[in-house]
Amino acid sequence: MNAPTVNGGGSVAIQPPADTAARAVKVDIRKVDFFYGANKALKDISLPLHENEVTAFIGPSGCGKSTLLRVLNRMYDLYPNQRAEGEVLLDGENILSAKQDANLLRSKVGMVFQKPTPFPMTIFENIAFGIRLYDKPSKSELEGRVEDALRGAALWNEVKDKLHTSGLGLSGGQQQRLCIARTVAIQPEVILFDEPCSALDPISTAKVEELIDELSAKYTIAIVTHNMQQAARVSQYTAFMYLGELIEYGPTNKLFTTPSDKKTQDYITGRFG
Amino acid sequence: MTDHTVRAYDRELETLGQRIAEMGGIAERMLSDAMDALAKLDVDLAKKTIGVDPRLDALQREVEDNAILTIARRQPMAVDLRECVAAIRVSGDLERVGDLAKNIAKRAAKIAGEARLPRGIVGLKSMHELAAMQLKDVLDAYAQHDVERARAVWTRDAELDALEDSVFRDLLTFMMEDPRNITFCTHLLFCSKNIERIGDHTTNIAETVIYLVTGEAPQIERPKGETSMVKR
Repeated sequence: MNAPTVNGGGSVAIQPPADTAARAVKVDIRKVDFFYGANKALKDISLPLHENEVTAFIGPSGCGKSTLLRVLNRMYDLYPNQRAEGEVLLDGENILSAKQDANLLRSKVGMVFQKPTPFPMTIFENIAFGIRLYDKPSKSELEGRVEDALRGAALWNEVKDKLHTSGLGLSGGQQQRLCIARTVAIQPEVILFDEPCSALDPISTAKVEELIDELSAKYTIAIVTHNMQQAARVSQYTAFMYLGELIEYGPTNKLFTTPSDKKTQDYITGRFG
Repeated sequence: MTDHTVRAYDRELETLGQRIAEMGGIAERMLSDAMDALAKLDVDLAKKTIGVDPRLDALQREVEDNAILTIARRQPMAVDLRECVAAIRVSGDLERVGDLAKNIAKRAAKIAGEARLPRGIVGLKSMHELAAMQLKDVLDAYAQHDVERARAVWTRDAELDALEDSVFRDLLTFMMEDPRNITFCTHLLFCSKNIERIGDHTTNIAETVIYLVTGEAPQIERPKGETSMVKR
């Protein structure tokens, strides 16, 4: 087995995919530690998220991948006794600094969760609600943006005739795409997906995967998934985490065919534990 | 290597390896029997050798089916995926080795009636010795995932090519000496070509072993033998 790529400093050898030059770094995660009270959940994590690429995070439960996602839009701020150290640069600005406006950050870094979480309101309002939080568009402009968002989430054709019925009446897969539309509507720069398909049937999963593919043309995407085939399908880069550490990071094609680290190999081939 | 969490997965991969080993044993045996039949002009042994081939074909289909089932069922990743792909490739190469050995046996049965020129077979025997050793080595390399051994086999194939050239020259000389040798020697010429091709399948398997273990095909060009008689 080859030597692991992780060196003592916790940074990881980074190889861009052979066929494409690496794109610009949109989010640069630098030496990030994270604490739940005294419990250190992330240890010295450093890696980039490339612009208009999908980066997948894989690893067993409790490895810290969802925690890392929560750092990227400062979700942890909402809870006491949770803190992050290190730097996360979004276009060069450290979003972990105290000066960072968390609400503004969350308008730039959207998040889609494991379980679809539509608000108990109409389909239209589910999307308009978020837009109004940041903007005061005219009625016609608002309608245009709602339609754009629903089209962007590949949901428009299915809901255009029932925009003013409850979002809760949609199927699970449609609800999830509604949540994606809600995220897209406020025109973020980065979208975080936390296991977006784990509650969906295979057809809805395929639709969401197709959507992630399309969205990556406009946004920088990070996705946490337990489904390794899904990570292999949708992402250009993959990071494997274990016990709060980044074990291996690299081009997805390489990580799933010839991983450098034995732990990665054991995990992706189902030999763990 | 560590076992899979799902033990049935390990058993499926083990079975693939066992079937390949079985195929390798049959292919080796077919080659040596075919060459014996040729040396002794033994029609019975030749026919027996031909009769073994369907077993090899059936095993190849079994390996292919099982590998495809495992891919469908387990979605193997990394080394496991290469294990399935390698099994499909190696079984294909071994099936071809069996076909080529069968062809030697067929020719042995054909020329048994007109036994002439025992010295024509001498060069073929050296070719066979080398090819058989190479085949054995590569099967061991596959079973043990031994990259160095596979690389050695891969490099040594040039010697077999060189031997084939010298056999070619000898047989040409015999044919020029006495035109009545032509039929007999032409069959031997085909037999030498068959052995040379068995060598090529052996190097294919060596490349597959290197791919299986490292995830990469050999980067450099394989050394080739003498090219005085034939353009390769």
